[in-house]
Amino acid sequence: MIDVKSLTVIEAGKLLKAKEVSSVELTRAYLDRIDAVDPKIQALMTLTDELALAQAKEADARIAGGDVEALTGVPIVFKDVLCTKGIRTTCSSKMLENFIPPYDAAVVERLRSRGVVIVGKANMDEFAMGSSTENSAYFTTRNPWDISRVPGGSSGGSAAAVAAGLAPAALGSDTGGSIRQPAAFCSVVGLKPTYGLVSRFGLIAFASSLDQIGPFTRDVADNALVLNAIAGYDPRDSTSVPQPETDYYGCLGGSVKGMKIGVPKEYFAQGVTLQVKAAVDTALRVYEDLGCEIEECSLPTTDAALAVYYIIAPSEASANLARYDGVKYGYSFKDTDSMWQAMEKTRAIGFGPEVKRRIMLGTYALSAGYYDAWYVKAQKVRTVIRREFDAAFERYDALVTPTAPTVPFKIGEKAADPFSMYLSDICTIPVNIAGLPGISIQGGFAEGLPIGLQIIGKPFAEKTILKLGHAFQQVTEWHKRLPNI
Amino acid sequence: MELSKQEVLHIARLARLGIDDAEVDRLRGQLSDILGHFTVLSHVNTENVPPTAHTIAQSNVLGYDKPTPCLATDQVLSNAPEREGDYFRIRAVLE
Repeated sequence: MIDVKSLTVIEAGKLLKAKEVSSVELTRAYLDRIDAVDPKIQALMTLTDELALAQAKEADARIAGGDVEALTGVPIVFKDVLCTKGIRTTCSSKMLENFIPPYDAAVVERLRSRGVVIVGKANMDEFAMGSSTENSAYFTTRNPWDISRVPGGSSGGSAAAVAAGLAPAALGSDTGGSIRQPAAFCSVVGLKPTYGLVSRFGLIAFASSLDQIGPFTRDVADNALVLNAIAGYDPRDSTSVPQPETDYYGCLGGSVKGMKIGVPKEYFAQGVTLQVKAAVDTALRVYEDLGCEIEECSLPTTDAALAVYYIIAPSEASANLARYDGVKYGYSFKDTDSMWQAMEKTRAIGFGPEVKRRIMLGTYALSAGYYDAWYVKAQKVRTVIRREFDAAFERYDALVTPTAPTVPFKIGEKAADPFSMYLSDICTIPVNIAGLPGISIQGGFAEGLPIGLQIIGKPFAEKTILKLGHAFQQVTEWHKRLPNI
Repeated sequence: MELSKQEVLHIARLARLGIDDAEVDRLRGQLSDILGHFTVLSHVNTENVPPTAHTIAQSNVLGYDKPTPCLATDQVLSNAPEREGDYFRIRAVLE
């Protein structure tokens, strides 16, 4: 019986290609692990075991015929914000409790065509709004390193699934840090690609100018491999950017000597704990030993990024979520006298508290009399933040910061105070505002709890940040630690 | 930055979001608190700075004006809360 809890995508692919294990055997091993472990961490919203075994059989037939790619026959988990044809897609909301999409998201299509095996859909914060997965309308996912703590959010289910060995890879979405922050909390690798690199077709929209899909994996090499499969132009997404085909996996390895790393001092204020700061300092010394030039720098408008985000994201959300009116799909409340009452009641019951809060915030920021003072001002500050990043990237190949200001917090600890919860994403939000790529890798531990290291690149410089992340993992062991679950 | 009860009710009506009295009180406090933190924006000089709606500069995306496959009617209606024949059944907008 194969032990899957530490298996990487690359290792699984090698076993399958060499026919040392079949995809059906591998998938069964993951389904057994899910049976044993998921009741404790509750990472999965929907288990697709029958489909998985059918897809595994197809993958085995492909492999037998010699038609084998890097991901053929490898199990994967999708965040429940990604439309999957014929598979319930809830966005962890009561609004979409019984929604079965008639089509696949572009990334799902791409991965299906490469022969991956879908083992389940991952729990998340409702409509991707949150930093802890406590905002799921169904249940809270637990952190595999300490089940009394949150896995981060909003892709907490995807991150916890990879950390707990329920699948070697998962996809998430990142609007203000929702891939990188849970990756840091669960000690896995999470990449938010440049805005426009990965098609958002079939991603249930939260904030359209910020959302981006990306992979969770155990290490950077796996991450590059999954990015190879999901990146690329898609005419169905008008914000998809045509880029030359790039082999992100092939760029790994080689020396990083002479690369210039900027360390923005503002990312070490704003609630960053001494434990996190110490871990990042240690990581920076590793880069120094690898021959990188490290220099402190300044991005002075960083302290306004949270405000920019919590005006722009809710504004876009209030428009995107206007589609949930109880008519075309989703929950519908019917027992009222008028159409307007039915719509208001549908939205009152279908949406949870955090979603309502953000719809209200966005509606306020866009309303007559406040539009210029809040929304337009935030968009202007967004320009200032982007310009500061552009200036920094004239001097540095990459920026290194903490991913999250603290280690994972306790379930319920921040539930009553939305603003303190919003601060969890303080180090990741500026990256989305500027549309940049960012990766979180395992940066260390404090008292047995994971700490993430964020590497930020210039637009479409995924190769640079993956190479830097990979170089770090060649000389450190943090990514090899497993939770005791 | 203190929102009034009337302002909260007005925003909820604009958003077509039904909220009860307890939610009005809770949202009033929370939204006021959150907006209070956002006054940090006023400290950033944005004179002559253009707004950014999308970070990746894009020109218009043009497509050929030709029919392409779309979802079948039954697929489109497959998640409808109520349907009548090939139509979404909704409540009367004007009564």
